[in-house]
Amino acid sequence: MSALHLEFDVAGDNFLSAGSATDRVKNELRKLGVSSADIRRVAISMYEGEINMVIHAGGGKAIVDIYVDKSVVKLIDHGKGIKDIELAMKPGYSTANEEIRNLGFGAGMGLPNMKKYADELIIESEVGKGTTVTMIVNFS
Amino acid sequence: MDRIKTLHTVTLDFDKCKGCITCMRRCPTEAIRVRDGKASVDFDKCIACGECVRLCPHNAKKPAYDDFDVINNYKYKIAIPSPSLYGQFNNLSDVNYVLTGLLKIGFDDVMEVGKGAELASETTRILFDRKNDDYPVISTACPAVLELILVKYHNLKDNLLNLLAPVDITAKLARDRAIEKGIPPEDIGVFFISPCPAKVFALKCGIGVQKPYVDGVLANSDVYLKLLPVINKLSESEVKPLSKMSIIGLQWASSGGETAAAYRDKYLAADGIENVINILNSLEDGTLGEVEFIELGACTGGCVGGVMNIENPFVAKARIRELRTKFPGTRNHLADEGKSLEYYLWEREPTVKDVFKLHKDRATAMERLLKINELMEELPQIDCGLCGAPTCRAFCEDKVGGVISMDQKCPRLK
Ligand SMILES: Nc1ncnc2c1ncn2[C@@H]1O[C@H](COP(=O)(O)OP(=O)(O)O)[C@@H](O)[C@H]1O
Ligand code: SF4
Ligand code: SF4
Ligand SMILES: [Mg+2]
Repeated sequence: MSALHLEFDVAGDNFLSAGSATDRVKNELRKLGVSSADIRRVAISMYEGEINMVIHAGGGKAIVDIYVDKSVVKLIDHGKGIKDIELAMKPGYSTANEEIRNLGFGAGMGLPNMKKYADELIIESEVGKGTTVTMIVNFS
Repeated sequence: MDRIKTLHTVTLDFDKCKGCITCMRRCPTEAIRVRDGKASVDFDKCIACGECVRLCPHNAKKPAYDDFDVINNYKYKIAIPSPSLYGQFNNLSDVNYVLTGLLKIGFDDVMEVGKGAELASETTRILFDRKNDDYPVISTACPAVLELILVKYHNLKDNLLNLLAPVDITAKLARDRAIEKGIPPEDIGVFFISPCPAKVFALKCGIGVQKPYVDGVLANSDVYLKLLPVINKLSESEVKPLSKMSIIGLQWASSGGETAAAYRDKYLAADGIENVINILNSLEDGTLGEVEFIELGACTGGCVGGVMNIENPFVAKARIRELRTKFPGTRNHLADEGKSLEYYLWEREPTVKDVFKLHKDRATAMERLLKINELMEELPQIDCGLCGAPTCRAFCEDKVGGVISMDQKCPRLK
């Protein structure tokens, strides 16, 4: 099946730029005529994933494939990895430091929100090597 | 009944347009193209924000509004001036000069939109007290913002405040008052004196109402020029105490006035179309943080910044602030009007519109999307505008959508 394939570099040192890839994806989905509720699910889950790469992994890559009936967002980083994925998924759990919390991040709701808004969430991670998060949103 | 969107919101003076692409680059919905050296607007995408009028260096763009003479089509003419009108006058000692002047230039009755605004504020407070969901409420007073949400931010529709605009409330009340006086309904003409083309558009289409309550929309600038000589000649004894509004209504003319009158703790007010877009984007992404009430105005400074004003927005804003001392704090109360709460609310939900979809069939839209992205690869992607489209992407979209020929070349690559 044909897909629109998009790749973005997510810089590790800039919180503010994290949303720009999401904006582009949102626009493409709008052109496709995807419902606004689904666009919102893609946008929120992708944004949370981008922010995680910025604050926990020093940046990474976002690879987005848009199909007629779904979007597949893959977030790949070579950061420190997640030791205990089950624990990381717990609402409110965060290893973010004081400085990051002061910036308004690190509430520990990113992964739970990604789970909530994506229809499928797959996390593959190896400590010291990096993390790959895959999120699928099926369109209504 | 669906709104007729192809209504002209802005017009072009062909002789003055130099094809400089200034307007095209800054239109927030990419509604403008420059073809054969002249700007043209896709009115399905235009939200009537007035940016192109404001920015055109050659005064080629004009807002569309009614000629003053339309009032003569009715026997009983009612003027409903926006509070922003008061900001146009220098050294206004008493707003009753303006209102008396309106009677002198041909109107039979006046009712200030500031009155409707104050009632809108009280209704807003009641709606907030009854509200039990936690999403932020977005003001619907600026029709350009409302239109932007309806064309582009569909999922924010549930956040919209289901309140009639102050101008609609005022038009309704003014018409009722005339009917109570025994004027035959067909003789009554209600005319809004407006700061912007967005209100012209909204009132002609009737957003949130069953049918338009206003019979014509005049420009603040036109009416100001008619009023000025008349007011200058008015003697103090001629001036009638017609003003019925308060500081609350007056404040609606400037950005932040509406939210201030809602008495909520967590609110934000943003003005200027680019700022509005930033707020809507963050709201959509869920990154705005905790806010209860969001007031958004397309024009800098709020309605005082509309393109149908004469005065600079900042000067007008300062004058509005100064005029506060001439008004009581409050004056209009729902209880005194004897209407139900529903009277002040949307009579029907405005409908969202899919103007950005590439095709109604998603598979076809997908094909086009892929084609667009493929065509993009060949372009410099610098959005220079030389091709007559605001971005390289819009150029590709126009090709794929059949708006322009597939053979058109990027002028930079020739
Ligand atoms: N890409 C990642 N690389 C390394 N650790 C991560 C990554 N994403 C999430 N984590 C870990 O999972 C925890 C929970 O993530 P999340 O729910 O998004 O909360 P928050 O980002 O607010 O800390 C983070 O604090 C971090 O320890
Ligand atoms: S800004 Fe637009 S309308 Fe004005 S001269 Fe340039 S192209 Fe023409
Ligand atoms: S009024 Fe605003 S939306 Fe309409 S064409 Fe001009 S800039 Fe674009
Ligand atoms: Mg997070």
